[in-house]
Amino acid sequence: MNPSFTGPAVAFVIIKKVNDSAILLTNIDSVPGKTIVEHFGLVQGATIRAKHIGTDTLASLKNIIGGELKGYTKLLQESREEATSRMIEQARQLGANAIINVRFATSSVAKGAAELFAYGTAVRIE
Amino acid sequence: MLDLALFLILLTIGYFAGRATEHRHYKSILLREKASLHLPTVTSKMLPEVDQIAKSFLVTGSCVISIDYFKRILAVLRNIIGGRMTAYETLIDRARREAILRMKYEALGSHIIVNTRVETASIFSSASQNGIGSVEVFAYGTAIKLKKKL
Repeated sequence: MNPSFTGPAVAFVIIKKVNDSAILLTNIDSVPGKTIVEHFGLVQGATIRAKHIGTDTLASLKNIIGGELKGYTKLLQESREEATSRMIEQARQLGANAIINVRFATSSVAKGAAELFAYGTAVRIE
Repeated sequence: MLDLALFLILLTIGYFAGRATEHRHYKSILLREKASLHLPTVTSKMLPEVDQIAKSFLVTGSCVISIDYFKRILAVLRNIIGGRMTAYETLIDRARREAILRMKYEALGSHIIVNTRVETASIFSSASQNGIGSVEVFAYGTAIKLKKKL
């Protein structure tokens, strides 16, 4: 791999636990290379997060000079992982081993809080 | 008087710091985009031959980027006369490209990313006094690893 691609500029990447779990996720209609043997229907996971005052203060300072708000990026990433893991938990309870057609949605329900929502179709593959 | 001085100071800091950050960010984006050209990212769902596929998994990348003080004031002025908001265009462009690069970074080792979707949200915006000042871009797709490279 080219060193400049993996270099310092990509410093802020959280390795997700999601890909390590037994449940396979894709956002297309199938799991390539596998056959779907059973459908379990819709599974979903959601979480609502509020930012905390520390990141907010830092962000308002950052608002002057512009640039990435790392605190927010991290917060949203963690929340999305939480929503995904809830969805995965639901799929696991159904006895599925993959989720296809995964979609993500974001909405702001209250001032300073965001809802992250993940949904997909739980299936069993072979 | 003090208010005006503070405003001008913020404006100056915003202009220079913002321009420097943007320049640096674009430079790094271009560099990394060039380095990641070997990994095609497509929006279609077209798949390679089924028997060639070794593995497939979901990859995601996200980024929250804020606009600087100078550009925010520029946007307020622009709101009066209307027209193209160049100040915001670069903001969103940077956020999108960064998110896609992060997604690609997560897909290291695979050969193609299919069905890439990019979502933009301006959450937490109501908290700042001036309304929209930062955007969140979230990119996701399915990375496919082939048994042997085409």
